[in-house]
Amino acid sequence: MPRRIVIVGAGQAGLAAAAKLRQAGFAGSITMLGDEGLMPYQRPPLSKAYLLGKLEADRLSYRNEEFYRHEEIEVAPGEAAVEIDRAAGEVVTTLRRISYDHLVLATGARPIELPAPMAAGISNIFYLRNRADADRLRPSLKQGARLLVVGGGYVGLEVAAAARQAGASVTLVEMAPRILNRVAAEPTAAYFRNLHSAKGVEIREGTGLTELTVDGARVTASLADGSRHSADAVVVGIGVRPNASLAMQAGLAVEGGIVVDAFGRTTDPHIWAAGDCTTFEYDGEMIRIESVPHAIDQAEHVARNVLGAGRAYRPRPWFWSDQFDTKLQIAGLNRGYDRVQSAGGPAESSMTISYFLGERLLAVDCLNDARSFMQAKRQLGL
Amino acid sequence: MPKITFALPDGKERTCSANEGLSLMEVALQNALPGIIAECNGSAACATCHVIVEDALAAMLDPISEHENDMLEFTAAARQPGSRLSCQIRVDDRLDGAIVRIPAEA
Repeated sequence: MPRRIVIVGAGQAGLAAAAKLRQAGFAGSITMLGDEGLMPYQRPPLSKAYLLGKLEADRLSYRNEEFYRHEEIEVAPGEAAVEIDRAAGEVVTTLRRISYDHLVLATGARPIELPAPMAAGISNIFYLRNRADADRLRPSLKQGARLLVVGGGYVGLEVAAAARQAGASVTLVEMAPRILNRVAAEPTAAYFRNLHSAKGVEIREGTGLTELTVDGARVTASLADGSRHSADAVVVGIGVRPNASLAMQAGLAVEGGIVVDAFGRTTDPHIWAAGDCTTFEYDGEMIRIESVPHAIDQAEHVARNVLGAGRAYRPRPWFWSDQFDTKLQIAGLNRGYDRVQSAGGPAESSMTISYFLGERLLAVDCLNDARSFMQAKRQLGL
Repeated sequence: MPKITFALPDGKERTCSANEGLSLMEVALQNALPGIIAECNGSAACATCHVIVEDALAAMLDPISEHENDMLEFTAAARQPGSRLSCQIRVDDRLDGAIVRIPAEA
């Protein structure tokens, strides 16, 4: 039985692992290391309610201090891990060395940044991953402000919606031929394109950012189509990269994420990983899933497996997004689909988009249609 | 501060002091109560924070939205009269002394 478990990362997966270890009866020490100086908190609201000021900082926390005391989970929120000394079985932090019997990496992911030469010397470029990012961005979302959102994925669209609701004028640019190009089919993209247009967000697809110039407090963006846009702030949401450098330096297998097996184990039997930072086999391919429920589920499997459960993890991927008054719920993973089918739903604003490979249902995007989502989830065995 | 008693899936009870303004789900999480998973952190997107409230309290609470109503049709433990998503219930005086049951998963 392990006695000392160290968790690197104080986000959703790290907390889920710690809580599950205790629930499963682990009585040894649990140390969770973070690098933001904040106790574990929820990230999804950062691009939604929190950004709009509808949810205050203390409500972002998953648990209060009493929880950590009661469960005897030591959280060192500002003590980043800098190295894993596998030979010694120790994590080196910014302050000390901590021994572990088992180590759980829950290091998450970080936003992909604009090319350095493009962003050099411009202070009003924002990314959105941490509470600090949201706190910096928040003052820019106000009546009369002009915001440029780079990237038409879910984060970009959510920020655009929040900014518009705060009264800012918003232009969103997407380099790919259409928004949600990588993650959803055209009918879903069309739904959001129409929703955003109706709310006054200007969406420009099929055109990339070629240059940013700064003039006082203003940024001017030049686009590939030759147009120029002046903005008070530029928000970049063009995807994330897993935080795998600790694992890589320690010699663990990393292939676009920390490689784990079905049990959540890395290539070192004493080191495990969960959440956004991991890559694992799914239907014969190595994939990474950016999803809260997946992070929780995988972390809980890891916790049980550290204690010897030997339970293989099969992802139950599902996702959600809130934009204006629309709730999107996605069941399943649509990768590899060859056909989509759209249908209306109970309300005028409802729509479901089902993804098939041959006859097999892979995933369903449900817009304002909770019933279809829950049915699809059940049908897909999620 | 309202005091709420949770009847847990294993038959035990826990009485918790709850800060007004939090959701019932948040109170359950803060107290590490079993059976409240809350995968979506309160977005009413997952139905894993299912609770059952007493008739008297059910009648006092704000009405169930259509979205919540649809989600409740698909909870892991079967829906009952008094079934709610605890993320959609805001703590205030009305909940003082309430008994809220967390159902065992079917």
